[in-house]
Amino acid sequence: MEQFLQQLINGISLGSIYALIALGYTMVYGVIKLINFAHGDVYMLGAYIGYFCITNLNLGFFPSLLISMLVCALLGATIEKIAYKPLRNASRIAVLITAIGVSLFLEYGTMFFVKPDPRSYPPLTGFMAKTFRVGNLLITSQQILIIIITVVLMIALQLIVKRTRIGKAMRAVSLDGDAAQLMGISVDRTISFTFILGSALAGAAGILVGIYYNSINPLMGTMPGLKAFVAAVFGGIGIIPGAMIGGYFIGLVEVMVSGYGNSMYRDAVVFAILIIILIVKPSGLLGKETREKV
Amino acid sequence: MLEITNLNVHFGVIHAIKGISLTVNEGEIVTLIGANGAGKTTTLRTISGLKKPTSGTITFEGNDITNLDARQRVKIGISQVPEGRRVFSTMTVLENLELGAYLRRDKAGINKDYQMVFERFPILADRKKQMAGTLSGGEQQMLAMGRALMSRPKLLFLDEPSMGLAPLLVQEIFDIIKDINDKGTTILLVEQNASMALQIADRAYVMETGKITLSGTGKELIQSEEIKKAYLGG
Ligand SMILES: Nc1ncnc2c1ncn2[C@@H]1O[C@H](COP(=O)(O)OP(=O)(O)O)[C@@H](O)[C@H]1O
Ligand SMILES: [Mg+2]
Repeated sequence: MEQFLQQLINGISLGSIYALIALGYTMVYGVIKLINFAHGDVYMLGAYIGYFCITNLNLGFFPSLLISMLVCALLGATIEKIAYKPLRNASRIAVLITAIGVSLFLEYGTMFFVKPDPRSYPPLTGFMAKTFRVGNLLITSQQILIIIITVVLMIALQLIVKRTRIGKAMRAVSLDGDAAQLMGISVDRTISFTFILGSALAGAAGILVGIYYNSINPLMGTMPGLKAFVAAVFGGIGIIPGAMIGGYFIGLVEVMVSGYGNSMYRDAVVFAILIIILIVKPSGLLGKETREKV
Repeated sequence: MLEITNLNVHFGVIHAIKGISLTVNEGEIVTLIGANGAGKTTTLRTISGLKKPTSGTITFEGNDITNLDARQRVKIGISQVPEGRRVFSTMTVLENLELGAYLRRDKAGINKDYQMVFERFPILADRKKQMAGTLSGGEQQMLAMGRALMSRPKLLFLDEPSMGLAPLLVQEIFDIIKDINDKGTTILLVEQNASMALQIADRAYVMETGKITLSGTGKELIQSEEIKKAYLGG
């Protein structure tokens, strides 16, 4: 039981990271039906920006988190403007190939500047270095921070999407782009805003992973990116709560498989889950089966 | 008020609109009738800015709007109730109406217009908090109309508002269209239900495979033998 609770805490921490990344995938897919394969690399850049803020600028964790989110937001909007916007009327395969190109560009471009070797986040101090013991459970302050920050960001996201004008525009565009345009909603601005939101969350995930696992490298975005994509599909791509649930689910599965089974099978199990969902319920956990309308 | 000259629209190699011209004067109800696939929806989508024409001009209140985007056209007072209603299904009735007023900033005016819409469509007031997708077809039509009215249009397009509705409801929808017009909104109505449309229209255009083949006052066309044969069932 104790071991289970311990794995639960570890799983939720890891799942938070996946959920934050998955939200970006799902929101972007919702508004332009694009699987933005460069999204995992925005997360990687978030980790690096956080690293430079903390080590080179000697900033604290929270200012670094904010800067990381902000820079990633700008970066996301720029990627959209330069790489995807010119392809608005292109075939989906062309856009997909472009996304893969952007991903490789970011990975190897980053490698050029920061070298391929992993870097370590500096050792944490003060509160951040503490570990709490509840019975026999160990909870690190990084885990507490990850869980709380993720929840705060998710609540903020929900408020933006549900309550604000631009959030409602986002939902409208993802439901029916043409009808949204008939309301006077600018699809281009809405798409930019979606990239801004999603990339900011990825930036947060990047710096959180930095303080959690310490080690970062230019290719670190690939695997979590893929798993977050699986999480988004699991929950129902395009559906925001689906990405949250999917992220936590994948995180938990991964940790449980490593904890009780064999960590070698961790990734295999995650992708097996993807295959099973695609067979059993292609639209995901919260997705509706869409029938072609007349 | 609206003037379209020599409009051509293509979908790839398909020449969907073949050089049509039409006019809508302020205060009128003008109807565009024609069989399925004639190009009526494409015409409305082009005037609303959702589809780019290959050539031709569109002027609104004397200004060339051919190159404005959809958003700017809403801003100057053109609104559309699209074919098939297209309400935002997983948003509430109220949110749908709110999006109709997306470009407006006058809070007090918007609140007044919610009341105006609820008076016109009392059923929407009862269903305010309900998801639009759970409404019946007739209710969704009313919501789509209310949503379009929330932008305070000077010119309102309705694309087949009677589609799929029971006869009694069709009558009600047409009465409402007439009333919206009486209150000062100019209307361009696309319909397959030609007899109903011709009865409330000041003027009408008949479209066939991308061309306008006939035009005249509603009364004239209702009497016309050709129209009777082709669209009024004898
Ligand atoms: N998105 C589209 N792609 C290709 N062809 C289209 C598209 N929309 C309409 N068309 C074609 O344009 C013509 C006119 O269609 P439409 O404007 O929908 O007619 P109507 O509204 O009068 O039924 C039809 O031949 C239709 O097949
Ligand atoms: Mg049509």
